[in-house]
Amino acid sequence: MSVEVKNLTKIYGAQHAVNDISFTVGQGQILGFLGPNGAGKSTTMKIATCYLPPTSGTVLVSGHDVVEDPIAVRRNVGYLPEHNPLYLDMYVHEYLQFVASVYGLKGKVARARVQEMVELCGLTLEQGKKIGALSKGYRQRVGLAQALVHDPQVLILDEPTTGLDPNQIVEIRSLIKRVGQNKTVIFSTHIMQEVTAICDRVVIINRGKLVADSDVASLQAGGRDEKVTLVEFEQPVEEEALQGIPGVLRVSIAQGHTYRITSRRDADVRSNVFRIAAERNWPLVGLRQEENSLEKIFQELTK
Amino acid sequence: MLAILKKEFNGFLNSLIAYIVITVFLVAIGMFMWVFPESSVLEYGFADMQTLFNMAPWLFLFLIPAITMRTFAEEKREGTIELLLTKPITDLQLILGKYFAALLLALFALLPTLLYYYSVYELGNPSGNVDSAAVVGSYIGLVFLAGVFCAIGVFASSISDNQIISFVVAVFLCYIIYTGFDLIASIPVWGSYSYFISQLGISYHYNAVSKGLIDSRDVLYFLSVIAIMTLATKLVLRSRKW
Repeated sequence: MSVEVKNLTKIYGAQHAVNDISFTVGQGQILGFLGPNGAGKSTTMKIATCYLPPTSGTVLVSGHDVVEDPIAVRRNVGYLPEHNPLYLDMYVHEYLQFVASVYGLKGKVARARVQEMVELCGLTLEQGKKIGALSKGYRQRVGLAQALVHDPQVLILDEPTTGLDPNQIVEIRSLIKRVGQNKTVIFSTHIMQEVTAICDRVVIINRGKLVADSDVASLQAGGRDEKVTLVEFEQPVEEEALQGIPGVLRVSIAQGHTYRITSRRDADVRSNVFRIAAERNWPLVGLRQEENSLEKIFQELTK
Repeated sequence: MLAILKKEFNGFLNSLIAYIVITVFLVAIGMFMWVFPESSVLEYGFADMQTLFNMAPWLFLFLIPAITMRTFAEEKREGTIELLLTKPITDLQLILGKYFAALLLALFALLPTLLYYYSVYELGNPSGNVDSAAVVGSYIGLVFLAGVFCAIGVFASSISDNQIISFVVAVFLCYIIYTGFDLIASIPVWGSYSYFISQLGISYHYNAVSKGLIDSRDVLYFLSVIAIMTLATKLVLRSRKW
């Protein structure tokens, strides 16, 4: 296992920032680390990168313990902290060269790695600029390049897409996906679509406690065996007729002439709805299935 | 450690800090040595460099805290300290990298004053009539003094994320350790302890070394103060973990 969090607890004063969390992430997996603000995501990540020590429990990164062997852990981890701190008065190339030298890369190897990162992260045109002169999206790329320059096995990214515009978010996501193919990636976020877009697995924590740990698909299925179909007509219709469709459990009015049909998960009511509407001459104007969205699951789990 | 040293030193060169510090130092020392009649070598009539070695500690007292004030304070404010502390280097390597970068800059400021030694050497009558041993001793004393001031400055920078606070604390601590102990010792309440108290200050050891006599006790004193300050800095950096 690449990253192994074991009974991790961190106490600030009287507050349990992280309370007995355990999970593992394997090689090549991209893990979405979710939770509301103040849930303990950043604290967990700071412990995994040896910035803070755990109160009890531990984290193993590529088999190295963060308490016993912090230098070995740091060598294997690429870390992008929250808010992406950077030296604004350094040049992009100079900065990456500096980070490479801190990781002990020298001469030709260092130059080649820096050049590779510059190309990978799309910084070719910006490499001669001062970091302070870059837009937020490019700074984020510099932060990612910095985390990747020593080719770490594990990549820990703390909210890498906050504050970016939609195009930049898509670019950063695809970048993470590209570099994450043969690495272990843990990244935290608030944005649920992001999880569906790039993650294999999700861990959700709330108030320091683990509330969910599963792959994205089964979390979306969410243990429920109901699904909701929304049907919109041009005029009011008889609910009883809709109730009679096989598999339907409940019918209610969502708003105006839109009806919410709750049915069993294995039944698809759409063709039957259409047939009834045609038989009775009800003008049907909308028909869609409501996904059991991650937002909803997230809200329920972190209530 | 070398990576940090290089980055810090480049930082000094890229921001105006290095040039301003060196210029201010050389202009001030030059004025005192050659222009102001109070302290000018030309007016004094003796071929010695006491002016340089009397004034340099006072200039260092302000300039070194100015060099060191940003070392940790800025990293803390910008959050970049988190980057550095999650890289595979120990706290001590980080501190020493920053410390030696600051010391190197102070020594760079000192380097051109060797030209003054040459001038004074030539001005002597007969030429070369200078107490060279005392000059060498004084330079060594000055290097140690800069070393202590840098260690204090880096420490002061680590305790705050505000550069002004770091600067003021560093100047205050440097002043106390430079002459403060002498002043305290001069209060007539200590009796026979006053000699011991004045030994805690730099000026006692600096003056001893300036005479051209390098005593291992003085060297040990300077090195211990530097070590204590470095360890104190390490303790402060570690305190994030409490």
